[in-house]
Amino acid sequence: MLGFITRRLLSGALLLLVISALAYILMFSFTNNIAIHILGDAATQQQIIAKQHELGLDQPILKRYFEWLSNALQGNLGTSWLSSESITDSLMSRLPVTLTLAGITILISAVLATVLGAFAAVKGGWIDRVVQLIGIFGFAVPNFVVAIFFVALFAINLALLPATGWVAFEDDPAGWALSLVLPIGALVLGTVASSAQQIRSAIKSVLERDWVRTLTSRGIPRREILLKHVLRAAAPAGLTVLSLQFVGLLGGVVIIEQMFALPGMGYLAVASTTTGDTPVVMGVVVYTVILVILVNLIVDLLNGWLNPKVRVK
Amino acid sequence: MTTLETNVHATPIVRRSLLGRLARNPLAIGSALYLIVLIGLALFASLVAPFDPSFTDIEAVMTDPNSTHFLGTDSAGRDVLSRLIFGSQSTLIAAVVSIVTSIVVGVPSGLIAGYYGKRFDAVASWLSNMLQALPVIIVLLAVSASLGSEILISMFVFGILIAPGFFRLTRTAVMGVRNELYVDAARVSGLSDFRIIVRHILTVVRAPIIIQSAMISGIAISVQSGLAFLGLGDSKQISWGVMLNEGFVNIFSNPKLVLWSALVISLTIGAFVLLGNALRDALEDTQKIEASGSRKKARRQVSKISSTRIEETGHLLEVSHLSVGYAQGDGSLKQVVSDVSINVNKGEVLGIVGESGSGKSQTAFSILGLLPSNAIIASGQIIFDGNELVSPQDGAVSQKQLAKFRGKRIAYIPQEPMSNLDPSFTIGYQLIRPMTQVLGISKKEARAKALSILDIVGIVNPKRVMKSYPHEISGGMAQRVLIAGAISCEPDLLIADEPTTALDVTVQAEVLDLLRDLQKRLGMGMVLVTHNFGVIADLADRVVVMQYGRVVESGEVREVLRNPQEKYTQVLLSSMLEGKQPMTMLTANARD
Repeated sequence: MLGFITRRLLSGALLLLVISALAYILMFSFTNNIAIHILGDAATQQQIIAKQHELGLDQPILKRYFEWLSNALQGNLGTSWLSSESITDSLMSRLPVTLTLAGITILISAVLATVLGAFAAVKGGWIDRVVQLIGIFGFAVPNFVVAIFFVALFAINLALLPATGWVAFEDDPAGWALSLVLPIGALVLGTVASSAQQIRSAIKSVLERDWVRTLTSRGIPRREILLKHVLRAAAPAGLTVLSLQFVGLLGGVVIIEQMFALPGMGYLAVASTTTGDTPVVMGVVVYTVILVILVNLIVDLLNGWLNPKVRVK
Repeated sequence: MTTLETNVHATPIVRRSLLGRLARNPLAIGSALYLIVLIGLALFASLVAPFDPSFTDIEAVMTDPNSTHFLGTDSAGRDVLSRLIFGSQSTLIAAVVSIVTSIVVGVPSGLIAGYYGKRFDAVASWLSNMLQALPVIIVLLAVSASLGSEILISMFVFGILIAPGFFRLTRTAVMGVRNELYVDAARVSGLSDFRIIVRHILTVVRAPIIIQSAMISGIAISVQSGLAFLGLGDSKQISWGVMLNEGFVNIFSNPKLVLWSALVISLTIGAFVLLGNALRDALEDTQKIEASGSRKKARRQVSKISSTRIEETGHLLEVSHLSVGYAQGDGSLKQVVSDVSINVNKGEVLGIVGESGSGKSQTAFSILGLLPSNAIIASGQIIFDGNELVSPQDGAVSQKQLAKFRGKRIAYIPQEPMSNLDPSFTIGYQLIRPMTQVLGISKKEARAKALSILDIVGIVNPKRVMKSYPHEISGGMAQRVLIAGAISCEPDLLIADEPTTALDVTVQAEVLDLLRDLQKRLGMGMVLVTHNFGVIADLADRVVVMQYGRVVESGEVREVLRNPQEKYTQVLLSSMLEGKQPMTMLTANARD
């Protein structure tokens, strides 16, 4: 088991290294206009050259990457070109917002999608067709469109919930919860739609296994077979589906944070992209990839724990 | 990132029949028409659109739909309809760029990885997994930050990001086909690899690629609109995402404005998805047999062979006039068991013999109520010890009635030992739990009993086996465990479905000895399903010979063995005596 974790961590680290190198070279090779952007159009040629020197843009790209890497390994992702703020600090202050959104969404979706998918697989009939309809609907309507309808309906027409804004949990727990309802609702719909369908097919394929028939023949109640044996056998597939959904959410959350003015990593990423603050965007990429690697590691561990063949060894 | 699993083993299908099947699906026609109209509008936007998309009418800002502006105007007084029409251009181009990139990157690499494998496959698979681990929007933000806000560059990168879908699809399909006989034949006959790939392999992956493309078009439109909505596109270019953003900014003053672009985005993605689904259904020829309509229709096809109840006969099990069928897509019923009547007395072994597809297993599953959910009991009656499990005209087994007997009085031994144990639970758990449930005894008592039964069925180290998981024991042991499970609650009737077929020859004899011994010791009635007359001769008292779902001959084993009446039985017997497997088509033809 320990060897398994070590191997996964090493391959995660390798992945991070490759992606960071690619991203760095891609993003920092085209930074000709950034000095003008920062200084404004009125800047003289000398000022521009001085600024480029100050930002290290006159150095060879590989040298800059290795410098960045050695700093990054010590937890220092550099400073923003525009505000001179520490990127690590500003990402750490925004990470909780993004994790709250994605985390709560994935938890709610996991429960809903499992219940819906299980009912659709076991009962069939109308509930199966409803789940398939939700699947098509959730695929066809992007989460930002859902969010717009939610805002129009719940915030404007019914005036039940705040349209935008973030309330810190420490300041006002009730306000925090209310401010999350619409953004999370918009994210949940699409996530549930596609994962319920995939969980449905996972459960359906387990139901066709021979041992389900044999357990039934032994007199075990149907409910127990479903809850204890079938759900468990379908769990690895379900976890994989949810981990892919979580990765998708890290992207989906970007637009939602922007719409609802939630100060998360996505909001920062969009703002930095528009202003050309490349080091900050680089920081967001690194953080996101680390999150993805961690989630995949957790799912691998859970699946290993669920599978006796891995566990016994 | 969204993954799309499509059936890659779909066989190549003649185009005409595919279109024919699509044409019968109203959703597919609707989606196709919508997309054709949209493409037409995009191509001839400057001719069709009533206004120039950037023409501002200051007199008419944010008007409601009227006779001049069919869908009203936006905050700058521009015609919404015209902007939607022009916006479709950038949307469709974005979809095309993504798909072309994605196919150009994904399909050839998948072909090479699947056909040649080895190092290229390892590297490409690693890259593909890496790309799939990246959140699309974040990567596209990074791309815009470095390469500028040209949306087509973003869509090109998006095409690369989504290429793993095509890669995996093609790779799996090619791997499946590569070792097929016809590909081998082509190779032997000297065709070059290139010709083989083009002729034989591309035909197989063509259909899944089309389906995948429809789905990816939908996702590409969603991504393009999302980026434009975030303001990351070219601000001068008209697109639905930009319009959506304008609408959202003005949502408090005019909530209706946002409606049109939201609707068009959703409809377009929906049309692509529905078309993709319809294509998949048409290719896989998915018959909606679960639709209650065709099930009912299928059931009506069946003439009720016997609707009168049989009298109490004193048999342990009495099956009369049983017919089982499966509903087909066109509403007909494919019968696999027709008018079968059998009975078993206490302590008697009834053999059911026949080649595969003769309906013998389906008959056995009917008694246990374990038919697949799409099976229909078309007619007949099943009575177990005076209790009616299936009544005439029921159409299904009474699960409630059976629940009282299953495990306790009727038990089952399956054919394939390894697939009939839940791999996630220990052998011990799978033996103990049925006993605590059915016999109502404590875990401790059940455990003691399980150990003694494992000993009876000839397992050398019961304690160790109880702690083992199914993957840790051999097939022969697993079959003994399953037999132990079946007899653990001392049933009156044992249904054994080919109990020795999956085992090695030496183990077969041991298991047969064990079954004979247990049956005698416990005085159980037994239904023994097999294709092997040798097993029948060894164990059964009476035998029923089945072919094409019907009983062709029945009687005392000795009688039938000595003096078979039906030609089919003679063929089955002679093929056994000659030491052949009685499962060839030759034996089936003997009936004629």
